[in-house]
Amino acid sequence: MNKIYLDNAATTFVRREVADKMLSYFTDCYGNASSVYSTGRDAKKAIEDARRQVAKALNCQAAEVFFTSGGTESDNWAIKGAALANADKGKHIISSTIEHHAVLHTLEFLQKQGYEVTYVKVDEFGMVDPEDVRSAIREDTVLITIMAANNEIGTIQPISEIGRIARERKVLFHTDAVQAIGAIPVDVEEMGVDLLSLSAHKFYGPKGVGALYVRKGVRLEPLMHGGAQERGRRAGTENVPGIIGLGAAIEIAALKQKENAARIAALRDDLQQSILENIPEVRLNGHPVNRLPNNLNISVKYIEGEALLLMLDLAGIAGSSGSACTSGSLDPSHVLLAIGLPHEIAHGSLRLTLSEDTTREEIDEVKRVLPQIVQRLREMSPLYEKENHHVH
Amino acid sequence: MYTDKVMDHFSNPRNIGSLENPSGVGEVGNARCGDIMKIYIKVENNIITDARFKTFGCGAAIATSSMATEMVKGKTLEEALNLTNKVVTEALGGLPNEKLHCSVLAEEAIHAAIADYREKQKSS
Repeated sequence: MNKIYLDNAATTFVRREVADKMLSYFTDCYGNASSVYSTGRDAKKAIEDARRQVAKALNCQAAEVFFTSGGTESDNWAIKGAALANADKGKHIISSTIEHHAVLHTLEFLQKQGYEVTYVKVDEFGMVDPEDVRSAIREDTVLITIMAANNEIGTIQPISEIGRIARERKVLFHTDAVQAIGAIPVDVEEMGVDLLSLSAHKFYGPKGVGALYVRKGVRLEPLMHGGAQERGRRAGTENVPGIIGLGAAIEIAALKQKENAARIAALRDDLQQSILENIPEVRLNGHPVNRLPNNLNISVKYIEGEALLLMLDLAGIAGSSGSACTSGSLDPSHVLLAIGLPHEIAHGSLRLTLSEDTTREEIDEVKRVLPQIVQRLREMSPLYEKENHHVH
Repeated sequence: MYTDKVMDHFSNPRNIGSLENPSGVGEVGNARCGDIMKIYIKVENNIITDARFKTFGCGAAIATSSMATEMVKGKTLEEALNLTNKVVTEALGGLPNEKLHCSVLAEEAIHAAIADYREKQKSS
């Protein structure tokens, strides 16, 4: 059975040409980039090439790009680094209720260290109101951190507007753009951000490598202490193959962004329309328009998300859910609760995220299989029966 | 993360549905937590002759409902009351730790169905 992979918000395949470029940095050009001999110098040069590729994709200077181990490290570094470096100015941070756990749990850690955090609310579509951010700014606010696009429901935030407010009020602005790269245009000048996190494995690059954009002049304490790598701001021997992969992947992602977005969104819209028309009592989560082109998140009433994922898996389809059973906690996704879904509706959520390799045939197969699975699970559900559906 | 036995009972659940004129019905759990189990039993001469279920919940919840209904069939009420969640879990070849509460739910649903039957007996 051919597997249909629709969990690309979790991770993507590595592009063949990207993997090919990485290979020789494992076996041939394996030198430590800090060394003076030629294989080390070659590695160093390749890292600087990758840095320029990232800078070009983000519209910044190469000297403003720092390689990390991924999105989580970039978020941790941006937030803790900015909070620590600016503690003399204040200890107040502004964020939103729907951030990724890499941001939320970092903020919770800082709260235990005496920092104060204001979490602005989102509307029913998961959208932050920039005016709420403006009203939350205080004398002692040192950082605003709002994600560019949400990983669960795909809602794209008004980053440029928040950026203008942050600049006007002279507050540092970080955005977690992990889901945005390759999906929507990302330009640090346009967005008005001082710090931006990204992760290679979300845009057909390797896992375990990411980057943090740090605007020139922004004060940031390092998280990693040790050697002088990354101009003394992030110690540790560079993940050379990973960095080469990231550089190659982001260059292609930026080039193909527009074309990919249009094609993927068309397939996604077709799937969405079919589901909403053919399966009764399904709700679309996320913003109807300002949403990542590959994201489809729905809540299917009367059934539980993990059971739905298992049934889909048996049919060869991989997706994800915000149900408690898949999060390993008692509560369903904080994002779905933040947009106002009752617990039982949030438990029945399904997220399908397409890739640039997703085919029309695969989407047609999901359109065919999903209604049957939903019906089967609903017939097992005492909730469905209670709502006076005729089930025998 | 699930055993083959769990996946078997999840993908081919036994005893799905309801019973017409059940002797007892037990419903436990709540939608807020993401699982509700409803078990129907038919009792004749103190023996559970048939059992059915409807479950809103994860794979483990559906599999334990299937296994539990299968195991109580043919048992006396006393035997059925002694069917612990541990026995149901073992029959499934084990459950991940975070899913053990699903098996507790199955035990509770059976107890609730038997209590409902006994309540009805008293009033009739």
